[in-house]
Amino acid sequence: MSLEELYQEIILDHYRKPRHPGRLEGDHVEVRHYNPVCGDELTVGLRLDGERVGDIAVQGSGCSISQAAASVMSEQVLGRPVADALEAAESFRRLMHGEEEPDEELLGDGVAFAGVAKYPVRVKCALLGWMAFKDAVVRATDGLEGGETIHQEDGDAAAAAKRQRLTGEV
Amino acid sequence: MTTTIGTPAGGPPPAPLDPAELRRDFPILSREMNGRRLVYLDSANTSQKPRQVLEAMDDYYSRHNANVHRAVYALSEESTRLFEESRDVVARFAGADRRATVFTKNITEAINLVAYAWGLRNLREGDEILFTEMEHHANLVSWQVVAKLTGARVRAIPVTDGFRLDLDALDRLLNERTRMVAVSAMSNVLGTVNPVREIAERAHAVGALVLADAAQAVPHVGVKLDDLGADFMGFTGHKMLGPLGIGVLVARPELLDSMEPFLAGGEMIRDVTLESSTFNDIPWRFEAGTPNVAEAVGLAAAVRYLEALGMDRVRAHERLLTAHLLDRLSEIEAVRVLGPADLEQRGGVVSFILGEVHPHDVAQVLDAEGIAVRAGDHCAKPLHRRFGLGASTRASVYLYNTTDEVDALATALDKAQRMFA
Repeated sequence: MSLEELYQEIILDHYRKPRHPGRLEGDHVEVRHYNPVCGDELTVGLRLDGERVGDIAVQGSGCSISQAAASVMSEQVLGRPVADALEAAESFRRLMHGEEEPDEELLGDGVAFAGVAKYPVRVKCALLGWMAFKDAVVRATDGLEGGETIHQEDGDAAAAAKRQRLTGEV
Repeated sequence: MTTTIGTPAGGPPPAPLDPAELRRDFPILSREMNGRRLVYLDSANTSQKPRQVLEAMDDYYSRHNANVHRAVYALSEESTRLFEESRDVVARFAGADRRATVFTKNITEAINLVAYAWGLRNLREGDEILFTEMEHHANLVSWQVVAKLTGARVRAIPVTDGFRLDLDALDRLLNERTRMVAVSAMSNVLGTVNPVREIAERAHAVGALVLADAAQAVPHVGVKLDDLGADFMGFTGHKMLGPLGIGVLVARPELLDSMEPFLAGGEMIRDVTLESSTFNDIPWRFEAGTPNVAEAVGLAAAVRYLEALGMDRVRAHERLLTAHLLDRLSEIEAVRVLGPADLEQRGGVVSFILGEVHPHDVAQVLDAEGIAVRAGDHCAKPLHRRFGLGASTRASVYLYNTTDEVDALATALDKAQRMFA
């Protein structure tokens, strides 16, 4: 696979011009997800309007894959029913693990990341934004405050974060 | 005092190395990666191994393999002799007494050996351990752990904006409570050659011991224990053309002899009853269990290879490559080198930032060009944090690299920059 297949123009475009940058104001949940292995960092602000994603903002620093994937995520979830957005998150996770063909309807520009699956060390970069989103949804739905998650491995960190909150494990 | 260990000694310049000739000894260097000839610029991470090392290890297993120090038959004696001769070769190269040359798994284990065997028994609450802000985690976390167990306190010598140790701060930090100064002889990120001898003099003046992390300095400079004036010096085989799985601790013999064991088991004992044991002489007191014999033999072969070339020629070649590398990097406007520009103060480890492009993206583009560099924190998180960074890209040269390879790196960096601009 060539470099150009990994770094498709659409990915570079999201990297150069992230779609919903910044921080939200007013009522919202904010989560920070950080990968100490590579220093990728994302702060995702989320406001739910009933069953829909009312507003989202992403601020971060890190590699092109992590930042571009988070930008695509913000584009894909904004205005959607939460259930659909979570379905997209799961579809993207499966795509990254090579378990699913890209579904453009669900993932939009996210299909451009299909090539990342062939680079195992970059998969966690691509998933960071989606994991932050899932975490924010769980917190917003449960009426919890925002918080920080430090990723050790590319497992399902949102679930791990929830488990941690429920059991009080550190 | 000026730094001298990075500079070839006076006299006529040594005959230059011929990397084209040398590369024939390194089969892996003719591999292709991603359709391009491999350009290996990650020797600070691990070096490649010449066939002389591979053959020595193959010969050991093919003809001489038996456990060491445990049997009376001739084959075991052969294996023991090869193992102990390897120790002689390595000890000589490190300027150490063979009795105080201990084989470990890697330098991390060598440092932990000192931290546990010396530190646990000698450090008390209120004692202080000094390390530096540019240490590799191996020479930093080990001391944090032992400090926590003993109630001692760790303090760090800061790094200046010029990428050097702040020696004025050293004087403020050193006091009668300082028991250990742990310092890298050459930074694995900045390439900075630290004035360990001067630091050791000041440390000894307050009664502290000095451990030098020479993981980069031994392979590239051939530094010796006495050059550094240190009490302990650790290094690792795989960064100096040797195999993985073999490290070395050298020390002042009387100091090592005063220490209790680190790991316990076979080999390190003199007598054992069900109640208690007495321990072997040094160095075997610190080599519990069956050692990595083939790896020791391989490391000795690596040392012989380096000695046959001459470390002065290795240094001269790397100096030339480093000058060229710094030169080419300086032509790329977005590049910010993390480390001294002065060749007198640095070795061939060159870390840098390429504008806003994340090091993982840089390394990915380089990989597509067949170029292997390291991207990340290089096991030196506090140092990166010091410069407001999470990661950097690191190119490091060794005796088999060429100026053409440095040029290939520069060209690929241009490409990476254009791609993400």
